[in-house]
Amino acid sequence: MKRDLITPLDFSVEELDRLFDLADDIRLRPDKYAHACAGKKMATCFYEPSTRTRLSHEAAMLNLGGQVMGFSDAGSSSAAKGESVADTARVISCFADIMVIRHPKEGAAAVASHFATIPVINAGDGGHQHPTQTLTDLLTIRNLKGSLSGFTIGLCGDLMFGRTVHSLINALMRYPDIHFVFISPPELKVPDYITDALVERGITYEECVSLDDTISKLDLLYMTRVQKERFFNEEDYVRLKDFYVLDKSRLDMAKPDMYVLHPLPRVNEISVDVDDDRRAAYFPQVQFGVYVRMALVLTLLNITVE
Amino acid sequence: MLNVGKIEEGFVLDHIKAGKAMLIYHYLHLDKLDCPVAIIKNARSEVMGKKDILKVECDINTLNLDVLAFIDRTITINVIKAGEIVEKKQVKLPQELRGIIHCHNPRCITSIEQGLPHIFYLADDKKRIYRCRFCDEKYDSARVAEIWK
Repeated sequence: MKRDLITPLDFSVEELDRLFDLADDIRLRPDKYAHACAGKKMATCFYEPSTRTRLSHEAAMLNLGGQVMGFSDAGSSSAAKGESVADTARVISCFADIMVIRHPKEGAAAVASHFATIPVINAGDGGHQHPTQTLTDLLTIRNLKGSLSGFTIGLCGDLMFGRTVHSLINALMRYPDIHFVFISPPELKVPDYITDALVERGITYEECVSLDDTISKLDLLYMTRVQKERFFNEEDYVRLKDFYVLDKSRLDMAKPDMYVLHPLPRVNEISVDVDDDRRAAYFPQVQFGVYVRMALVLTLLNITVE
Repeated sequence: MLNVGKIEEGFVLDHIKAGKAMLIYHYLHLDKLDCPVAIIKNARSEVMGKKDILKVECDINTLNLDVLAFIDRTITINVIKAGEIVEKKQVKLPQELRGIIHCHNPRCITSIEQGLPHIFYLADDKKRIYRCRFCDEKYDSARVAEIWK
């Protein structure tokens, strides 16, 4: 039976442990995996713009000795002619061994996985889920903090439309002893289905507006961009886009071992003067993203390297 | 006073909120049945003021009545045999709703993709909350009432 990655919860905690162990082995011994996907093809089907996520998947496949093909906006695909996601998934299954899809509509990847006969990776479906970013975040945290439990994590910015945030919270809910601090403007609060789930599981969280008031108690700070494409109203976007700016003076209030993560691209929410701080983990995070996607491709294609 | 004859074998859906009988008629696909069906609208009720009633003269086991729990929790089901009530049935919320409601989230893939089934999974039994299988949009009874208004 084929495996897909549509939500971060598609893999059990044990499966994620194995995936992260594999990613760590790839990081330490990349040559061992350089030809693991020789003869395999990845189709990257991106219906909305992306630089990092598409290139990260493509880099992962190329690092494994495989090949890549695809499209990078809906206008250059059959979607412009009105082809459905279901039909595209069926067609791509005839060309490639694995499919990566990003689509502006929520649930599009689930539709693709239903109709494709090859493994499907969800590279973002609207404001809904972004599970490979979550795997990236988890692997980064595991490497920085040594484990995926026993810390206070602050999530700051657009917590309403930020799919990376939703996916990360869903994934972290399964690990013990994590306290969440949601820092957002009132208009961009984390959705109630997420806080409902936290309450149901007895996981502690707090919601606040001020980053300054809370930064000192955090072990990890996950910053997010306010995304223009998620707003129907330009005025709201302009009003909220620079609500939070993490600069050197704010970072000075944080613990000496509080790492800053960001799914990127950042705009103004992290000043460039933070980049040289050793706690700025958002560029190493990108590299972890390639390793974890390599491990994911191997896992979904059921390829074992001895 | 309106009189509708007793049924011998079948079931009666009582205490339907006034105005909802036709909705239930359609969701249970009663129009497809080749048996007597009586739709009583705005019947007088001491408790509800007005209520709707559906009387259906067929084997209750041929229909999936679980969906009633989602549509209207006040409904009671009386099973009739030999003209007498032999059982008052309770319905449970179904784990999945298919084609009962449509997702109204404009960001959901079902808003643009033709032919997709509208599927909702039971996310919270106690709070009677369903979520869209594709986008996780929340639908509770208040929202569904708004959609069906």
